[in-house]
Amino acid sequence: MLEVRNLRKEFGDFVAVDDVTFSLPQRGSLAIVGESGSGKTTTARMIAGLETASGGHILVEGEERGPGHKRQRQRQRLRSGERRARGRQIQMVFQDPYSSLDRRQRVGAAVAEAVALHQRLPADRLRARVAELLDMVGLDDRQAAALPKALSGGQRQRAAIARALAAEPQILILDEAVAALDVSIQAQILRLLADIRARTGTALLFITHDLGAVRHISDDMLVMQAGKIVEHGPVATVLADPQHPYTRRLIASVPKPGWIPRRRMDPAAAARLP
Amino acid sequence: MTSALFARTASKPRAGRPRDRVTLAAGCVVGLFVFLAVCGPLLVPHAPNAVDPLNVHAGPSATHLLGTDDSGRDLLSRLIAGTRASLAAPAVVIAVSTTLGTLLALVAAWFGGWLDRFVSGALDVVFGFPGLIMAVLVAAVFGAGLTAPVVALSIAYLPLITRVVRSAAIKERNLPYVSALQLLGAPTARIWLRHLLPNLGPLVLVQATIGFGYALLDVAAISFLGLGSQPPDPEWGLMVANGAPSILAGAPQQSLYAGLAILLVVVAFNLLGTGLSRRLLGEQA
Repeated sequence: MLEVRNLRKEFGDFVAVDDVTFSLPQRGSLAIVGESGSGKTTTARMIAGLETASGGHILVEGEERGPGHKRQRQRQRLRSGERRARGRQIQMVFQDPYSSLDRRQRVGAAVAEAVALHQRLPADRLRARVAELLDMVGLDDRQAAALPKALSGGQRQRAAIARALAAEPQILILDEAVAALDVSIQAQILRLLADIRARTGTALLFITHDLGAVRHISDDMLVMQAGKIVEHGPVATVLADPQHPYTRRLIASVPKPGWIPRRRMDPAAAARLP
Repeated sequence: MTSALFARTASKPRAGRPRDRVTLAAGCVVGLFVFLAVCGPLLVPHAPNAVDPLNVHAGPSATHLLGTDDSGRDLLSRLIAGTRASLAAPAVVIAVSTTLGTLLALVAAWFGGWLDRFVSGALDVVFGFPGLIMAVLVAAVFGAGLTAPVVALSIAYLPLITRVVRSAAIKERNLPYVSALQLLGAPTARIWLRHLLPNLGPLVLVQATIGFGYALLDVAAISFLGLGSQPPDPEWGLMVANGAPSILAGAPQQSLYAGLAILLVVVAFNLLGTGLSRRLLGEQA
């Protein structure tokens, strides 16, 4: 459904994303893994249309999504309907739960605004739809009536997911969407996302550095290093039998049971030890 | 480290604390003068321009609470009647510069690139030119009267508002919730009016409040120099100038009271502005 071909992004002389090609099938779940600066977030932002690609193609259901923001803005001036149609293709949940909601807007109102942008509904059906979305992500009436600052990080991220789902997108991009949350809350949100994927058929694109989360949520994964894809395959295969040395290093750096923290010692200090 | 942390928590402003009482008092003073500016002409005990040649430089008395000036005009009536002229000019300056400045700041922050560089550069040029001198220059060219200085000051005050609002707007514009709205397909106008402007509102209000005090001082200075309001208008800056010769005659009341009125309003606006900033922007600043 989503196809990315030879995607490239340059910032001046620096190549952030280099020749990235992959596809995400309908109802699929793909994780892009890599350390900070590997170009995974830039890739996601280009796919969403928040960043202009320097080259390459992004296709949704075989149709070119346009080379990104600048050109997009010109077209938006002509047709805001097209803009919304793009919104129904791809939505995104951001890393920082504290600033991904307008701090002056109540959670229910934020979701209602998103719904109203995509469906002309009478007031009572709008309310029902908002309640349905909030219920899907596990937020109650009291939380819907609250300002974001009254909610926890996990609750805010649920609200952001509900807002994104209001557009009924075909693809949901999660840009480190659970990285800022407690481990137990992370698990809740990941379960919620898996549930949403099963119920609505929304394809998920995870951007993450957390290999543990990938195991639970994704079918396929690709590993990026310095803007390039270095490994690509089903999650189980890649994790069990990593081919590229970078992937092996990533996997080795995940704390496991029996993991003992060890400080790197400089030789002089080591020599002084008995 | 820990003690510093506690100290910050402890000094967090709360209702009833001394600093808040200062803000409240400043707000009351501002409110009183705004009330006088609106209703002043109905409240004056004497006609502000009625001369009484037999009763010049009179001290305080039951009929003239603050005494009279060099023409025997009642000073209290003149101060009250002058509130409107003294506050209206800076109000126009601040209204124009705040509206234009916020708009410029939003445009620069939203579109970025060369447009932002152009706006910032142009404002730096304006900022480099002292506002009062610009106003005096304009008044000298176009003749005395408040219109020309008010226009000049409105332009001179643009950078004060725009710079602060622009940097806040850039920060705001880069928050993920704006990206989320764009991805949902929300029209830009909606994002501006429903999200960016309301979130920048408190900052704009604080800047306008503090700016008002300075603008009032500048307008009074222009009138003091004889380039703004003209006699016999009871504008405060003009009254300070008119009263100056009488100081040597042993009757400082006209300059004194008009100067005190200016001082009181400027200080009140400043305290109100800093108080509002603490309350409205405290968590962000």
